[in-house]
Amino acid sequence: MTTDRPLLRARGLSHRFGNRWGCRGVDIDVWPGEVVAVVGESGSGKSTLLNALSRRVRGGGGDVEYQLVSGQVIDLPTMPEGELRRLWRSEWGFVHQNAADGLRMHVTAGGNVGEPLMANGWRNYGQIRDVSTQWLERVEIPADRIDDVPTAFSGGMRQRLQIARNLVVSPRIVFMDEPTSGLDVSVQARLLDLIRSLVSELGLAVIVVTHDLAVARLISHRTVVMRHGEVIESGLTDRVLDDPGAPYTQLLVSSVLRG
Amino acid sequence: MNGHRPEYNYAYLDEQTKRMIRRALLKAVAIPGFQVPFASREVPLPRGWGTGGIQVTAAIIGPSDVLKVIDQGADDTTNAVSIRSFFHRVADVETTTDTEAATIIQTRHRIPETPLKHGQIMVYQVPIPEPLRFLEPRETETRQMHALNEYGLMYVKLYEDIAKYGRIAKSYDYPVLVNGRYLVAPSPTPSFDNPKLHQSAALHLYGAGREKRIYAIPPHTDVESLDFDDYPFQPQRFDSPCALCGATDSYLDQIVVDDNGGKLYACSDTDHCRRNHRLEHPDEDEA
Amino acid sequence: MYVAVKGGQKAIAHAHALLAKEGRGALSVDRLSVDAVAGQLPVLVSRVMTEGSLYDPDLAARAIRQSQGDVIEAITLLRSYRTTLPRLGYTRPIDTARLTPQRRVSATFKDIPGGQQLGATFDYTHRLFDDPSDVLGDNLAENPQSMPRVTDLLGADALLEPDHPEVWDDPEPGDLTTEPGLFPMSRAGRLQALARGDEGFLLAMGYSTQRGFGNSHPFAGEIRVGEVEIEIDVPGVEHPVPVGRIEVTECQMINQFVGAPGAPPQFTRGYGLVFGRGERKAMSMALVDRALRAEEFDERVVAPAQDEEFVVSHADSVQAAGFVEHLKLPHYVDFQAESSLLRRLRSDPSNSKNSVGGAE
Repeated sequence: MTTDRPLLRARGLSHRFGNRWGCRGVDIDVWPGEVVAVVGESGSGKSTLLNALSRRVRGGGGDVEYQLVSGQVIDLPTMPEGELRRLWRSEWGFVHQNAADGLRMHVTAGGNVGEPLMANGWRNYGQIRDVSTQWLERVEIPADRIDDVPTAFSGGMRQRLQIARNLVVSPRIVFMDEPTSGLDVSVQARLLDLIRSLVSELGLAVIVVTHDLAVARLISHRTVVMRHGEVIESGLTDRVLDDPGAPYTQLLVSSVLRG
Repeated sequence: MNGHRPEYNYAYLDEQTKRMIRRALLKAVAIPGFQVPFASREVPLPRGWGTGGIQVTAAIIGPSDVLKVIDQGADDTTNAVSIRSFFHRVADVETTTDTEAATIIQTRHRIPETPLKHGQIMVYQVPIPEPLRFLEPRETETRQMHALNEYGLMYVKLYEDIAKYGRIAKSYDYPVLVNGRYLVAPSPTPSFDNPKLHQSAALHLYGAGREKRIYAIPPHTDVESLDFDDYPFQPQRFDSPCALCGATDSYLDQIVVDDNGGKLYACSDTDHCRRNHRLEHPDEDEA
Repeated sequence: MYVAVKGGQKAIAHAHALLAKEGRGALSVDRLSVDAVAGQLPVLVSRVMTEGSLYDPDLAARAIRQSQGDVIEAITLLRSYRTTLPRLGYTRPIDTARLTPQRRVSATFKDIPGGQQLGATFDYTHRLFDDPSDVLGDNLAENPQSMPRVTDLLGADALLEPDHPEVWDDPEPGDLTTEPGLFPMSRAGRLQALARGDEGFLLAMGYSTQRGFGNSHPFAGEIRVGEVEIEIDVPGVEHPVPVGRIEVTECQMINQFVGAPGAPPQFTRGYGLVFGRGERKAMSMALVDRALRAEEFDERVVAPAQDEEFVVSHADSVQAAGFVEHLKLPHYVDFQAESSLLRRLRSDPSNSKNSVGGAE
């Protein structure tokens, strides 16, 4: 696999909703093993960007290319449905803001984590269960909860389960949409710690959308700032947050409530 | 119209309809296990009572055929009697209770014990043709899942059964993979009958009238019941032999024989039972 | 010694004889004539024709009599017969604007060209059992002038969405009874399914929209009941050839206005059409038609009446009755299988998750 090109590259990415631009003319790269945060206020277009990049919404303009594990570079907008779904099963992950959107709420934790394996042809119950158990432990869910259903889990535990379900197939890139919002602050911190250690351990690329600059600060290498559907500024996280260039970014940074 | 009995075409369906159904059947045979949509017609029996099976039989039956109809494995159950007499009336065809003599066997919920031969056709009455239906109610979704060979959800259900009960909890309409490609509902036959489908010498046609789908398993096709390597599929076994004929390898019905709840077990396949009984007791008269 | 049960054939024959006896009633009472049913139970006949998808009042009346008043049995009879009929061709679409209304009302305007015409309706009757000796009045002036559709009047102002899109190649609608419908369906396909659908089910679905499950703020733009001409095109003949008249009930609902980018907001439509006299069904159909157009108007799909797969899959009374009632058929083989499984699950002490390979 070559490292001279980004894993995911978008040029001029746009998506409209009727008369309104969701995102417009966005250029963005995500390199292997790096975490990119897309920050902005609500209505900035950051979620639309995430969905357009991951092809969860289609029909917009612009180019999006992805480099497969084989090294081959593919054009995402023209990729057939079946291939796209295969990508989701093998190289891509998506962590939803609301865990219920990313889990089967009435299937056991073990079943949730095991499903991607079963979808990929695993046929040994014992092995599936072993791998599920390992992953539950890795995301700090007690192994004896393997047969419990997510409706019995706390919010933080559900998110960790969602992460396990996504990582069990060893994806190369994970899309995350506000993974910590709605959780208690201490739970958020713990979750972010986990994400950070998994990323470095597994060499994952992550693109995470968040309105919370602290999240960007804690886990991302680079940050992209969006407003009204367009990219205002981007660069190394520390630089963007400590020394913002654009006036809007300065406003954003200075508006963060001091605790 | 008053008092006049209309003339019906041979086997009730008009020739256009039969042609349409045969085209669907050919497609089904060409793609084993794939559910082919077809424009199911109304026939004189209600939906849910075998209209799919009836349409398939009507489309393929001819004057030289010999028809057997069973329900729950028996020839004499009311619905089997009703369907058999329907075809006798509209197709003027010879009917039989003897599995070995039949060319077409229309069935509800059982596959005969007697091994089927080359040239025989089984026609199954199917209530819910979609094996994923109770996991995913949307037809638009299940169609995609079949097209993209995405059957993970079915295995999740089996996993959950083992996690909850220690074994797979499906006793009838047990899902199978046909020709290594399509997930299929073998109709509500008990899982006991599943192994009969694998590499069978006969042609198996499935008609779901209300749901408007036809599918097929051609002769000598691989049919595997879904399972895990370490929890392999095991069809039901019975602890005692048939009380009437002594068979130890057939599916048994439980029959309550007295007011104290006393029971005995007898072959569900009445034709097989009779034949076996004759073999065991060649000197006895037929009951 | 137990002997396997036989005699299914005889049992069925006896059942048929008993059924005939039940259906005949007391021999001292005259057998109901088909003409009496057709003439004196016209609303019932209309329903059977509509859901049977066959316009033949005498045949429908005969079906009602043969089925001993079981409406769904009657519909089933009619549909089974319909299957056997040869298809000679298609008529031109009926023009309900040229319908000569026996009844025509609109809730959206106080007065309309042609006037509000109550016609024969239960609407203002008092639901008290009447005295059968009451004599029929004879002042029953028929008013056969044709009246323009209210929706055409509204449409002239462009306040109401047109009844067909501007760019319309008018594709031939498929026939739900001869082609396997697949989801998602076209509006034409849906309307066919609704026309054939069970009145009670559609009534409940329509009602649910009024109670907040997908409300579309309906107004009854127009309900008209009357006869229309059926015409066919014959090769070699210049003008369409009339072949007869049928009675229909049409309902146009006027619903929530919707805007689109670049277009000003307009009222939207819901449509219902049935054979004979069937206002309740036509109105319900119109409510459900509009609800099923939710995606067309970018409305959130939140209610059962807006769910195409749900509504269309369960609207057909013949299918529904067949499947529900099939539960009466023997299921003992599968029940046996389930019982065995249950017994084993209950007796297995190690119901443990880690036992290897379930022993039978």
